[in-house]
Amino acid sequence: MLKKLSKTSRRDYITYGIVIAFYLIVQLFKVTGLLSSHMEGLLVPLTYYSLAAVSLNLTVGILGELSLGHAGFMCIGAFSASLFSVYTKGLLPGGLRFFIALLIGTILAAIFGFLIGIPVLRLKGDYLAIVTLAFGEIIKNILAAVYFGYDEAGLHISFKSFQLQGEGKMLINGAMGIQGTPTDSNFTIAVILLLLALVIIQHLIGSRDGRAIMSIRDNRIAAESVGINITKYKMLAFTISAAIAGSAGVLFSHNTSTLTATSTYFGYNVSIMILVYVVLGGIGNIRGSIIATTILYALPELLRGLNTYRMLIYSIVLIAIMLFNWAPKAIEWRKKNLSSIKGRFAK
Amino acid sequence: MALLQVDNLSISFGGLRAVDDFNLTIEKGELYGLIGPNGAGKTTVFNLLTGVYQPNEGLITLDGQNITGKSTIEINQCGIARTFQNIRLFKDLSVIDNVKVGLHNQYHYSFMDTMLRTGKYRRTEKEITEKACALLEVFGLQDEKDFLSSNLPYGKQRKLEIARALATNPKLLLLDEPAAGMNPNETGELMDTIAFVRKNFDMTILLIEHDMKLVSGICEKLTVLNFGRVLCQGKTSDVLNNPEVITAYLGE
Ligand SMILES: Nc1ncnc2c1ncn2[C@@H]1O[C@H](COP(=O)(O)OP(=O)(O)O)[C@@H](O)[C@H]1O
Ligand SMILES: [Mg+2]
Repeated sequence: MLKKLSKTSRRDYITYGIVIAFYLIVQLFKVTGLLSSHMEGLLVPLTYYSLAAVSLNLTVGILGELSLGHAGFMCIGAFSASLFSVYTKGLLPGGLRFFIALLIGTILAAIFGFLIGIPVLRLKGDYLAIVTLAFGEIIKNILAAVYFGYDEAGLHISFKSFQLQGEGKMLINGAMGIQGTPTDSNFTIAVILLLLALVIIQHLIGSRDGRAIMSIRDNRIAAESVGINITKYKMLAFTISAAIAGSAGVLFSHNTSTLTATSTYFGYNVSIMILVYVVLGGIGNIRGSIIATTILYALPELLRGLNTYRMLIYSIVLIAIMLFNWAPKAIEWRKKNLSSIKGRFAK
Repeated sequence: MALLQVDNLSISFGGLRAVDDFNLTIEKGELYGLIGPNGAGKTTVFNLLTGVYQPNEGLITLDGQNITGKSTIEINQCGIARTFQNIRLFKDLSVIDNVKVGLHNQYHYSFMDTMLRTGKYRRTEKEITEKACALLEVFGLQDEKDFLSSNLPYGKQRKLEIARALATNPKLLLLDEPAAGMNPNETGELMDTIAFVRKNFDMTILLIEHDMKLVSGICEKLTVLNFGRVLCQGKTSDVLNNPEVITAYLGE
């Protein structure tokens, strides 16, 4: 059976397997009571940052463009989906409500990805990074300042606080954001979403579209010379990447009841933190993004007891991962040893 | 009717007329050589033919169709494929994937087929793989098909570039100094491969070469370029005996 699978699809299945195994282990811990409630609270954030990391890896590693605005797409997904959920709270059953909210957040982020992609993907390298960063900040700042509500007179939107007439509700309350989002997301839903995103990205990579995208990354001029439509494939990759980041945002906003567009959650520092996960997990290595996110996100929390040495240990782990992933000697070692293990495995 | 007809092609960079009033006619099935000293404008001619640069003046006709002003992508779809003087492979893709990218516009399935890995996806991918393997075999690259393309030795990288260009199913193949950097053994082998491609793919080939000895062996017609202008054009033997060519080119 394993022999029949191509090398790439075997790699895909290993990735799914790791995620599922992690999920099952966590469930086991939960059942046996070994999981502290503090750790349990980290599970959903861990998964949405993993989601954000694989989506960014699609842009950075597969398309080869440095985007620093991914937190902006998360922000759009988070706010649009929360808006829907708050608005329909009494009207729809939880499951259906979350499903539609997820669709809305994902699609809206995709639309923004598409629209921002049109000007931004014409830029190269550093310029693209700076402009995406700016777009991310603009989105965050607008959502931190806007007031949006409805009353008997209809919908109101403004950058100034206003009074509602009679029956009505403030949906986005300026810097206070959105209050009362139902906490519809949970670890199981989050893992299903992550698996779905993995299927989408890995199927894309293994297709003619994916090869076209990677050919642009490797050599744009050569890609053009064999008739690859550069704009189309850049837009495709960037839009899918934005959509997945949006879905991460939906998970985020349905994990807490208060949603505010602050720098802590949606600033460029978050985009950069996600980029760190991507770089340390290996640029273009989708599985690596998930593993790096898990280690780097959970580690500081696990080390809380060791207060004084926490950041020191964290930094050492960062450096160790970096060396393991990028040092030429380590790459060589890994190639040799892992391929022999894989060889035995295949037989 | 000629396969490629180029009339009065010119382009300037700043004050420099890199290609000046260039004319060229290539019949179907010909193996044509474009030679000239370094900086004569040979690569620029290729860049003009493939839409990388837009000419200031002139007309390019491929198989009766005016392709002047078209984009690189359109021109590839009209039937011109090329290789590059400084190799441009997709270096982080495998050898076979490089060829598969070349096959991109020959095989189609939808985005939904990709996402759901439908029967159509699997069938088409299988056809793509078979076609790519067949092309790699022509160039003796079948054993390295899963290597990273940047790990190939230099001579094989050049061959892979030709395989990738051929994968786009062109009418005209442009090779920019395919033997550059090769040792005499590799060069000889490459010339055999080019002859093989021409015969078995029914291919028309325009080939740039810096080394005149090399072209004289396989090209039946030559154009000599010097300072952007055509110095001499015609049958290989006539061109090589032209006194102007001898002074301008061999005298260097
Ligand atoms: N994009 C460009 N901008 C400015 N000058 C160029 C450009 N491309 C080519 N040239 C100039 O045109 C001339 C011909 O170059 P090229 O066609 O590469 O020569 P060859 O391939 O015959 O060695 C050279 O003087 C080169 O510097
Ligand atoms: Mg040249």
